[in-house]
Amino acid sequence: MGYDRYSVFSLLRESLRGHAGWGPAWRDAAPRPAYDVVIVGGGGHGLSTAYYLASQHGITNVAVVERGYIGSGNVGRNTTIIRSNYLLPGNIPFYEHSLKLWEGLEQDINYNAMVSQRGVLNLFHTDAQRDAYARRGNAMRLHGIDAELLDRAAVRRMLPYADFDNARFPIHGGLLQRRGGTVRHDAVAWGYARAADRRGVDVIQHCEVTGITVENGRAVGLQTTRGTIRAKKVGLACAGNSSRVAAMAGLRLPIESHVLQAFVSEGIKPLIDCVVTYGAGHFYISQSDKGGLVFGGDIDGYNSYAWRGNLPTVEDVCEGGMALMPIIGRVRITRSWGGLMDMSMDGSPIIDRTPIEGLYLNCGWCYGGFKATPASGWCFAHLIAQDAPYPVAAALRLDRFATGRLVDEKGVGAQPNLH
Amino acid sequence: MRIPCPHCGERGFQEFAYYGDAGPKRPAHGGDTGEDVWFDYVYLRDNPAGPHEELWYHAAGCRTWLVVTRNTLTHEVAGARPARDVALERSAAP
Amino acid sequence: MNVAGRIVAREANGRSSAATLPTQPFRLAAGGLVDRSRTLAFTFDGKRYAGHPGDTLAAALLANGVRLVGRSFKYHRPRGILSAGVEEPNALAELRSGARREPNTRMTTAELYDGLQAASQNRFPSLAFDLRAVNSLLSPLLVTGFYYKTFMWPSSFWEKVYEPLIRRAAGLGRAATGADPDHYEKSTTFCDLLVIGAGPAGLAAALAAGRSGARVIVCEEDFLLGGRALADRRRVEGRPAASWVTEAEAELESLPEVRIFRRTAVFGAYDGGTYAALERVADHLPVPPAHQPRQRLWRIVAQRAVLAAGAIERPLVFGGNDRPGVMLAGAVRSYLNRFGVAPGSRAAVFSNNDDAVRTVADLAAAGVPVSAYIDPRPQIPAAVRQVAERAGARVLTGAVVQRAVGWEKLLYVRVANDTGQEFVVNCDLLAISGGWSPTVHLTSHAGGRPQWREDIAAFVPGTPPPGMTVIGAAAGDLALADGLAAGARAGAQAARDCGFSVADAPVPFADAESTVIAPLWRVRNATGKAFVDFQNDVTATDIRIAEQEGFRSVEHLKRYTTLGMATDQGKTANINGLALMAEYTARSIAETGTTRFRPPTTSVAIAAFAGQHRGREFRPTRLPPTHAWAQELGADFVETGEWLRAQQFSRPGEPDWLATVSREVNAVRNGVGFCDVSTLGKIDIQGADAAEFLDRVYANLFSTLPVGRARYGLMLREDGLVMDDGTTSRLGETHYAMTTTTANAARVLQHLALCREWLWPSLDVQIVPVTEQWAQLSIAGPKARAVLQAIVDPAFDLSNQAFPFMAAGAGTVCGGVAARLFRISFSGELAYELAVPARFGDALARRLMQVGNDFGITPYGTEALGVMRIEKGHPAGPELNGQTTAGDIGLGRLLSKKKDFIGRAMAARPGLTDPNRPTLVGLRPLDRAARLRAGAHFLPRDAAATAANDQGHMTSVAFSPTLGHWIGLGLLARGPQRLGEVVRAHDPVRDGDVLVEVTSPVFVDPQGVRLHV
Repeated sequence: MGYDRYSVFSLLRESLRGHAGWGPAWRDAAPRPAYDVVIVGGGGHGLSTAYYLASQHGITNVAVVERGYIGSGNVGRNTTIIRSNYLLPGNIPFYEHSLKLWEGLEQDINYNAMVSQRGVLNLFHTDAQRDAYARRGNAMRLHGIDAELLDRAAVRRMLPYADFDNARFPIHGGLLQRRGGTVRHDAVAWGYARAADRRGVDVIQHCEVTGITVENGRAVGLQTTRGTIRAKKVGLACAGNSSRVAAMAGLRLPIESHVLQAFVSEGIKPLIDCVVTYGAGHFYISQSDKGGLVFGGDIDGYNSYAWRGNLPTVEDVCEGGMALMPIIGRVRITRSWGGLMDMSMDGSPIIDRTPIEGLYLNCGWCYGGFKATPASGWCFAHLIAQDAPYPVAAALRLDRFATGRLVDEKGVGAQPNLH
Repeated sequence: MRIPCPHCGERGFQEFAYYGDAGPKRPAHGGDTGEDVWFDYVYLRDNPAGPHEELWYHAAGCRTWLVVTRNTLTHEVAGARPARDVALERSAAP
Repeated sequence: MNVAGRIVAREANGRSSAATLPTQPFRLAAGGLVDRSRTLAFTFDGKRYAGHPGDTLAAALLANGVRLVGRSFKYHRPRGILSAGVEEPNALAELRSGARREPNTRMTTAELYDGLQAASQNRFPSLAFDLRAVNSLLSPLLVTGFYYKTFMWPSSFWEKVYEPLIRRAAGLGRAATGADPDHYEKSTTFCDLLVIGAGPAGLAAALAAGRSGARVIVCEEDFLLGGRALADRRRVEGRPAASWVTEAEAELESLPEVRIFRRTAVFGAYDGGTYAALERVADHLPVPPAHQPRQRLWRIVAQRAVLAAGAIERPLVFGGNDRPGVMLAGAVRSYLNRFGVAPGSRAAVFSNNDDAVRTVADLAAAGVPVSAYIDPRPQIPAAVRQVAERAGARVLTGAVVQRAVGWEKLLYVRVANDTGQEFVVNCDLLAISGGWSPTVHLTSHAGGRPQWREDIAAFVPGTPPPGMTVIGAAAGDLALADGLAAGARAGAQAARDCGFSVADAPVPFADAESTVIAPLWRVRNATGKAFVDFQNDVTATDIRIAEQEGFRSVEHLKRYTTLGMATDQGKTANINGLALMAEYTARSIAETGTTRFRPPTTSVAIAAFAGQHRGREFRPTRLPPTHAWAQELGADFVETGEWLRAQQFSRPGEPDWLATVSREVNAVRNGVGFCDVSTLGKIDIQGADAAEFLDRVYANLFSTLPVGRARYGLMLREDGLVMDDGTTSRLGETHYAMTTTTANAARVLQHLALCREWLWPSLDVQIVPVTEQWAQLSIAGPKARAVLQAIVDPAFDLSNQAFPFMAAGAGTVCGGVAARLFRISFSGELAYELAVPARFGDALARRLMQVGNDFGITPYGTEALGVMRIEKGHPAGPELNGQTTAGDIGLGRLLSKKKDFIGRAMAARPGLTDPNRPTLVGLRPLDRAARLRAGAHFLPRDAAATAANDQGHMTSVAFSPTLGHWIGLGLLARGPQRLGEVVRAHDPVRDGDVLVEVTSPVFVDPQGVRLHV
C-alpha cells in the first residue's frame, strides 16, 4: 500500500531496503456505477477540484475521469509560472487566492511540487507601458499584493545580461512581483491526485467521456469508454477540449481552441534567477531546477486541435529571446511541445453553472491556467458543493458576455487569438 | 502551414492574419435583431475538431480576406477562396 | 582514400606544429577518412592534443587515448564516449570560450579544427577528481522522484536552502559569458524532393529523382555524405561502399537541379510540407569567416520528402554499463574504419543480434585483439560464430555481461552463461549492441504514432507527414541492399509524383547480411547500477520504482524518472526504458507505446531560430518622411510601435526634456509649430457607397458630411467597445480620406476590408491604405495660417471664411506639389494638417522652417503633441485601451440614434452602460506644485487604500506650461458628476499619493475659440 505520508524518514527507510515499500502514488481506480460528483478531466484543475471537494467540503464519493493519463494536458505542458500580477478586479483576487494556496500547497498535500517564489519581472519599454504597469502594480497593491516598479538601473542589477545597450526597444524598467515564481508542473497533478486518492477519490485514467446524460434538463451522468457512470453532479474541467465536451450536452461556448508552444533548452548552470517577461515581444523565460531554460511566447493564432504548432511561432519566440538577452544564443533548444488552449472571448476563464442543472463548467483558461490550478479547483469545488460561486471567482461568470461585464485584461475584444 | 491564396499563390501562413470561424452569420445591417442573436454571433463558436471554414487576411500580400477550409485536427488546408465571393454566394442563397 | 581527398584543405596554421604535440597512440597506422597529411592542435581541459582534419573531437580524443571525458548529471559518474553520433549521452563539452562558449556540445559530432578548445563540464573541481561523485554513495537516497517526497519542511527552506543547492549541482555546462557575437541567417527554399539523410538509401533516392531533372535537396547532418557506408566495411555494386558513395556524390554534384546541404540537420517536419533544417555553416571553423553566419536556419518547402535517417544502436542494460570503455558496437566500427582510431587496446563484444559481430571482425582487422564475443542467444548462426572465431574471439553464447568493472576506465567484465558458468573477460573496450532503433522522430512530428515491429524488435514509422516516404533503416529495413532498393524506388516515385518522367535504372546492389535479433532489454542478474538513460542517470531500478508508484504510462515514466529528457533526448535510452516498463507492467511494448516525438530532433541553438532579428534589427524600424531632417536638428526619438518618431527637439542649454517640451508647447500656443503626423493611419475610401459604408463602420454619421469638410469619427468593435478614432474628410461625393491612430492603422484597415469583403460585399466601395504615400505635417498655432500662406499655391484660399475649421481640400503647394489640406486640430489651436506625397515630406519640413523663420516656427515632437492633447482633453492611446466604451471617454453622444452601425447592439449591454463605469474627467493637483503620474488609482479622499475603494485610474498626465502645473486625464467612477470633488490619486508603486481635484477634461480654451480664428 505504501506510505500515507512522504517525509525524509520514509525516504531514509526505503533507501535501506531498495525502495521496495513505495506503493502507488494513487490507486489505478476503475469506474464505479455512481458517484456524488464526477469531474471530467484529470488535469491540474480537475484533480485539484476533486481534492478540495474532499478536503474542504467532505464530498469524497468523487471520481475524476481522464481520457489519457493524468496530467497529460496543460498541467504537464506549460512554462511553470505562478503569479498574481493581474490588472482587473475580476481577476486579481482569484489569482491571489491561487498564489496563497500555492504558498501552502506542499504541506497541505504532502507532496513537494517545488513551489519556488523566485520573482516574476515584467519589463516595460515605453512610458505608456510603464504607466500601464504602474496601473497594474497599484491595483495589485490595493488588493494587498506585493508589486514593485523597478527602474532601468534596478532591472539591470537583476538581469545584467539583458540587452541594455543595443536594443531595438530599450528596457525602461519592470514590474516585479517577488512572490511569483515557478512550480514543478507535473508534480502538481501527481500531488493532487495522490492527496485526493488518500481521501477516497477515484482517479480513473484511460476513460474517455463519449456522452453526457441529461434527463429532464438535468445532468445525471456520463457515458464513457468504460461504461456508464451516474453522477449527481458533473463538473467539466477539460480545457482545450471544453467545446467538444460541452457540445455533448448541447452547449456552445464562447471559446476557441488554439495551440500554444513552449520550449526547453539543454541544462546549463544557473543563469536566470527569476521569471522574466519581455515587453516588446511575446517572450517569457525562467530556468528550471534541472538547469533548462523554460520559455514560450504567443499562441500560434489559429483554431487547432492538433497539439502541435508551427515554425514561425518558434522563430518569433526566439527572436524575442535574443532581443532581450543575447547571452542565450548558443544555448540549444532540446524539447518543444504544443498544447491546446481554451481561448475565451475576453481572455479570462469561466467557472460557473450552465443552463443544464447539475452540469458545471470550468474552462476558458487561455494560456494562463497553470498558475490558477489551486484556486480553480478550490472555487470549482465550492461552486459544485454549494451551488454558489466562491467570492473571488464571482466575476468569472459564463453570462458576462451577455451582460457585458467582461474581464478583458488586454482589451482586444471578442477575438480569442489576440488575447 | 501554407495557404493557397487565389491571388498570390501558395504562401506561408505567417503572411496572413487570422480572424476565426467563417460560420457565424452577422445579423442584417439595420435589422431589428434581438440581443441574444447578437450575443450568439459575437461570442459563441462551434469550435469544431475537424474541417473548419475560417477567415484569413493576406496582410503581407494582396490584402484580401479569404475563406480558408482547414482541418483543425490535421492543419491540412483544403482550399482558399476570396471571402467576398463566398459572401456573395451566401447572400444569394435562399 | 578519395573521400578524405575531398576534405577541403584549410590554410596551415602556425600553431599546429606537429613536432611539439603528443603522438596519437591509438591512431591506426592506416585507413580512415582523415587527412593524415595535416595535423591539428586542440586542447581538452587545457591539455594539448593532436588530431587530423576529418576527425570529430571524440575521435581525436580516442586517438590520444583519452577515455574519461565527462561526468553524469546526478551521480557524477565518470563517463566515456558511448557513440559516434548525435545520440551521444556522455561525451559533452563546453566548446570555445567567452561569449562563444557552447555548453553541452557533443564531442561525437564536433568537427575538429585547429586550435579547438574544449572543457569537460559538470564536475568540481576537475574531471578526474569530482567531489560531487559523492552523490554516487548517496544514490540509495537519490532515486527517482526522491525530491517529491522530501524537502517540504520547513516550507521557507525550499527557496532558501534546498533549491539553491539543487540548482547549483544541476545543469550541465555553462552558458556563454556575453551576447553571442556571431551572426545567424534564415532562409527559405523550395524543392520537389527533400532527401533527409545521405546514407546509401538517401543517396540512391536522390540519384533516382535527380536524374529525372527534379529539384532535389539532400540534407546530411554529418560533414561527409555516406552515413553508415563510411563506418562499415561493406560493398556496393562490388566496390567498397565508400567508393560508391564518392561516385554517387560526384554524380549528384553534376546534376544542376540537385543541391547538397552538408552539415545540415533536418530537425522538424511542419505543416504544408515545410521542413526546418539547421546548417552549421561555420561550426567547424575557429570563427565564422567574414560575412558568413555561424549557422543558417532553412525553411525547406518540399512537395515530397524521403526520410533516410538511418537507425540508432541501443545499448544493453547491465551492471556498470556506463563505464568509460563501454561503447556501442557500431560506434567502434566508425572509429576504426572512418577515423582510423582504435577505441581500446583489448576488446570484447556483447551483442544480441547478428550485426555486431562485424565489430569483432573489424577490431581484429585493425589489430585490436578481441577477448570474447558474448551473445545471450543460446544458439547463434554459424556465420556469426565463424566470423567471431576467425577473428580470434572466444565465443560465449547464452551468455551475458553481468557487470562491467572499473571506475574511470573499464578493467574487465564479468560474464555468466545460462549454465551458470561465470567468466572474467579482460578488456578495456566493451562493444555493445542491443539492436537498432529506426530514427523515426521526424515521422511523428505531424502526429503519426510509431508502430512496434516484433520481428525486428523496434518501432517503425506510423503514418508519416503528408508527402513523406520513409526508407532504409529508418523504416526498419536494416539491410543495406534493402535500403538501396527502397531508395531508388522512393526517389523515382517522388519524381513521378512531381511530374517528372523517370527512366528505368538498375538498383544498386549490395552484399547480403543478417539482421536477426533476440531482444534483451536487461540483464536479469546484473550487479551494480544498470543504466538506461546514461546522461540523466536513470537506472533499471528507477524504472521499477516508477512502475511500483503507478507511473506506468510512458509519459509518466519520462516525467517521473526524467528518462529521455537529457540533451540527447533519450535517443539511446527511450526504447530500453519503455521496454523495461512493459516488462514490469506485464504489457507488450506495443501496448506500452512511445512518447510523442516533437521538434527539434536534435538540439538547435536559440540564436539560429532568431536569425538576424536581434539587437536593433529585432523588428523593422519605420521612419517618418521627415526623419533625416529631424535627426539633423538633433531631435530625441521615441519608439512608437515600429515607428521611430521625434519625441522633442532639444536645444543647447535646455536643462531637461521638460524645458524643451514646454518651450515647444508655448511656441504652438503663442506662435506656430509643426509636427510630423505621417504615422497616423491614412486610408482612402472611394465608391458610390463610400458614405453608406462609413455610416456603418463609424458610430457617428458621415453621409451627412459635406464635401470639403472633415469630421471626427469614432469606431466601435463588434462588441460595442471603442476600436479607434480619427478624422475623416470628404474630398468628393464618393471619396473620403480617413485617418486612424498610429497604433491601430493596420487593425482598422483589416477591419474595414473585412466589412467590405465579408459583411457587405455588395457595397460599391474601395479601400486603399495610403499611410506611406503621404507625408502629413501638422502646422499649429495662431500664426499657422500665415506660415501656410507662404507655401500654398495661389489657388488655395486659406481665409477663415473660405477654409474654416474642419475644412478639407486638395490643391498644390510650393509651386505645384500635389497636396491635401485639412483644417483639423489636435492641439486646440488654429491648425492645419498638410499632406504632400511622401517623397516631398523632408523638403516640406525644410521649407516650413525657412518660410516660418520670421514667425519663430518651432518643430515639436510627440511629447508636446501629447501635452497639448491632454490640455484639450482628447482621448488617445491610454484612454482608447480597448476596455473603454464611447461613454467612458465622454463621447457617448456620438453614438448615432439615426442609423445602425458596427457595435451598436452590443454597446447597449448593461455592463457597458452601467452608470458607475469610470468615465473621463480632468484632474489637477490640489497642491499645484505636485506632480501627477499616470497609472495612479483614484480613491475617495479619506478612504482606506483598499480594492473596495478603487474608483478608477489616471490615464494620462502632463505638465501644462499653459497652466503652469501638472494636469491629468482619468477614468473615474461617475466622474462627470463629481466635478470639483477632491479625490486621492494613489500610487503606492512610486510612493506617491496626490490629492487631485476633478475637473472637466478640457483644460485649455474649453469653448474652442482658438480653433475658429
